[in-house]
Amino acid sequence: MSDAHVGTLEHTHDEEHVAHQFDNAQQQYESGNLGMWLFLLTEVMFFGGMFGAYAVYRTWYPDAFEIASRTTNIPLGAMNTLVLIVSSLTMALGVQSAQLGKRKRLAWMIALTMFFGLVFLGVKAAEYSEKWHHQHVPGLNWNWTEGEGGREVQILFCLYFAMTGMHAMHMVVGVGIMTWLLITALKGRYSPAYYNPVEISGLYWHFVDIVWIFLFPLLYLI
Amino acid sequence: MSALTEPRHYTSELNYLNNGWTLKSWLLTKDHKRIAMLYLISITVFFALGGLFAAAVRLELLTPPGDLMDAETYNKMFTMHGVIMIFFFLIPSVPATLGNFLVPMMVGAKDLAFPRVNLLSWYLYVLGGIFAIYAAVQGGVDTGWTFYTPYSSTYSNTAVIVTAMGAFVAGFSSILTGLNFIVTVHKMRAPGLTWGRLPLFVWAHYATSLIQLLGTPVVAITLVLMMLERGLRIGFFDPALGGDPVLFQHLFWFYSHPAVYIMILPGMGVISEIVTCFSRKHVFGYPFIAGSSLAIAILGFFVWGHHMFVAGQSTYASMVFSLITFFVAAPSAVKVFNWTATMYKGSVSYATPMLYAMGFIGLFTIGGVTGVMLATTALDLHLHDTYFVVAHFHYVMVGGMVMAFMGGLHFWWPKMTGRMYHEIWARISAGLVFIGFNLTFFPQFILGYMGMPRRYHAYPEEFVVLNVMSTAGSSVLGVGYLLPAIYFIYSLYRGEQAPPNPFRAKGLEWETPSPPPTENFLTTPVVTEDAYAYAEKEVKALV
Ligand code: HEM
Ligand SMILES: [Cu+2]
Repeated sequence: MSDAHVGTLEHTHDEEHVAHQFDNAQQQYESGNLGMWLFLLTEVMFFGGMFGAYAVYRTWYPDAFEIASRTTNIPLGAMNTLVLIVSSLTMALGVQSAQLGKRKRLAWMIALTMFFGLVFLGVKAAEYSEKWHHQHVPGLNWNWTEGEGGREVQILFCLYFAMTGMHAMHMVVGVGIMTWLLITALKGRYSPAYYNPVEISGLYWHFVDIVWIFLFPLLYLI
Repeated sequence: MSALTEPRHYTSELNYLNNGWTLKSWLLTKDHKRIAMLYLISITVFFALGGLFAAAVRLELLTPPGDLMDAETYNKMFTMHGVIMIFFFLIPSVPATLGNFLVPMMVGAKDLAFPRVNLLSWYLYVLGGIFAIYAAVQGGVDTGWTFYTPYSSTYSNTAVIVTAMGAFVAGFSSILTGLNFIVTVHKMRAPGLTWGRLPLFVWAHYATSLIQLLGTPVVAITLVLMMLERGLRIGFFDPALGGDPVLFQHLFWFYSHPAVYIMILPGMGVISEIVTCFSRKHVFGYPFIAGSSLAIAILGFFVWGHHMFVAGQSTYASMVFSLITFFVAAPSAVKVFNWTATMYKGSVSYATPMLYAMGFIGLFTIGGVTGVMLATTALDLHLHDTYFVVAHFHYVMVGGMVMAFMGGLHFWWPKMTGRMYHEIWARISAGLVFIGFNLTFFPQFILGYMGMPRRYHAYPEEFVVLNVMSTAGSSVLGVGYLLPAIYFIYSLYRGEQAPPNPFRAKGLEWETPSPPPTENFLTTPVVTEDAYAYAEKEVKALV
């Protein structure tokens, strides 16, 4: 992060991409970053509401939650966790490529990140359809045959779909951002003097990954 | 440097208003001043709409029996009134109009940090508004503005999802505005504008923005869960399915109590500016007013339980929430004392903005003190869900925030439009608003104390006199709000040209032409003194 700063400082003479409301590239760079961090703060609160609900019901119905989480597909979930961690790596390498001005590698890294994002969504879709087959989708296709406590188990599945669904929607947005980044990167928009969009998109991507890192143990493992 | 000593005339120059007349130049503008104007027009429309629903409520309550409309219709009327007034008028009122216009100018910037995001926020607001209007056309909603489950998610047969969707979307417009303000204040202050020199208006908006960022997402997700529960018949909050309806209330008030400070802090910022200007004095206790905004923003997140004293919350929790609620009144009181001290021995003049500001100080104090009464658990047992609560929040929201909004609008109207409004008419309507307001809402304290519950379309005979007073007052109030609409619009065509600084006020926004050029300042301003160096200036002028 800190070398990133130095990078822009050296290149403040490159005013080509500075929007009219800013005095210089440095101010624009810092504003963009702060803006994204604040946005992620709102995202923390957004998911926080659901984590709060999870905590409450988990405390109330520990047994039902245990039964329910046993029906999740741990291998698929673990695989998706790995996929996302790797995608975070490629994203970070992408930002680094932009900083170093390696345009070709930047395009590759963005494409890879996008690819892993799509893999994640594919696996997620497979899991959802598995749940559908087992009739584990509250409201739409629900039939709990695995013993007692269906009422409480249902709540965990509601939370499961709300939380992973909301996360998946963020992934879709992320893939959209990657598509846009890829197009602009191929046009040669980014350089060591101007790579802020890559960096803040990266922040978003890492955040969405981190949410999953919390979701996986809470919904699958414990 | 001062417009006071050497009057300038910029009238013929290009400014943000005459710089392009096409519809497109407005609808696709990225200029924060034009976006502020777009917001001003749209929230005025919603204010009028919300006012119509209020009129329906007051008309029904003119007589004891439910004769004008049936109970269901009445429920829809007060719900639509609350939803529109809170989400589509009061929350964006000061921040999205005056804040949008002034925050960049007060920090000496050319625009907000993210002009496109700013425009997006207006479009989100409009989209949310369309949802709300669509819901009204669909037959309305009857859940109350609080959307309590399980009524909202299971039993109500009205357009709940559409309305909640409107509030959800409008919430994002509010988040984006807050985000823009914070980044702008952090990163785009003019040279010399240290944090200690920031106008209190900016401090207030900074604190408001924090609440918008931290609180609004929580209500957003809560509404999503409620909509899912309703749409799919699943149970997050439905007790029949193992859910907990009180959890909804916790999540809802976790935002909505802080949200009431979104609806007052910006107004407090306005009052700080007006009171200093018309007392011609340095503000008393600058750090305390600035700090109390932050204190309110932070403490406000820990008091939501005072809405749930009778909702099955444990006595222990109620005691703690009650105590913290007492604390949260302290920073508000600090502000009131500081404004009063600012006026003390000042050369006070009673121009229209100052009339509104003084109205604010008195009425907000009543609203705040009755809030503390409601925060005592024993009293609240009796007063909860009575007209006392209705009177309390109208004293803070209408007596406080709407007064501040009107005061601010008069104060900065010459700056925003380049025209002077008619001072006499403005004072008359300020008087009407004050009288009408008190006549409308003071009787409601007594009604609530006597036990009249809120949200019923009929009431026993013995409450009739006070209810008639209230309805009569509301018509006076209505006239008081209609007059400004007329003389403001008139001023656009016939008003006198406004000089750059008609009130001889301090602040960067007054050092640029009225209306300001698109880039705000002809040259980048440099700040060399405190925000409220009124006294110093006068002394220097004498010497
Ligand atoms: C001085 C600080 C304040 C205190 C101590 C306070 C306290 C309270 C309490 C205890 C209640 C719950 C009453 C009940 O439902 O039984 C309440 C309700 C309410 N307050 Fe305040 N309040 C304060 C300031 C404000 C402000 C500044 C606003 C808005 C600008 C506001 C808006 C409301 C609203 C809208 C409700 C009713 C919500 C509903 O049930 O529909 N309050 N207040
Ligand atoms: Cu509250």
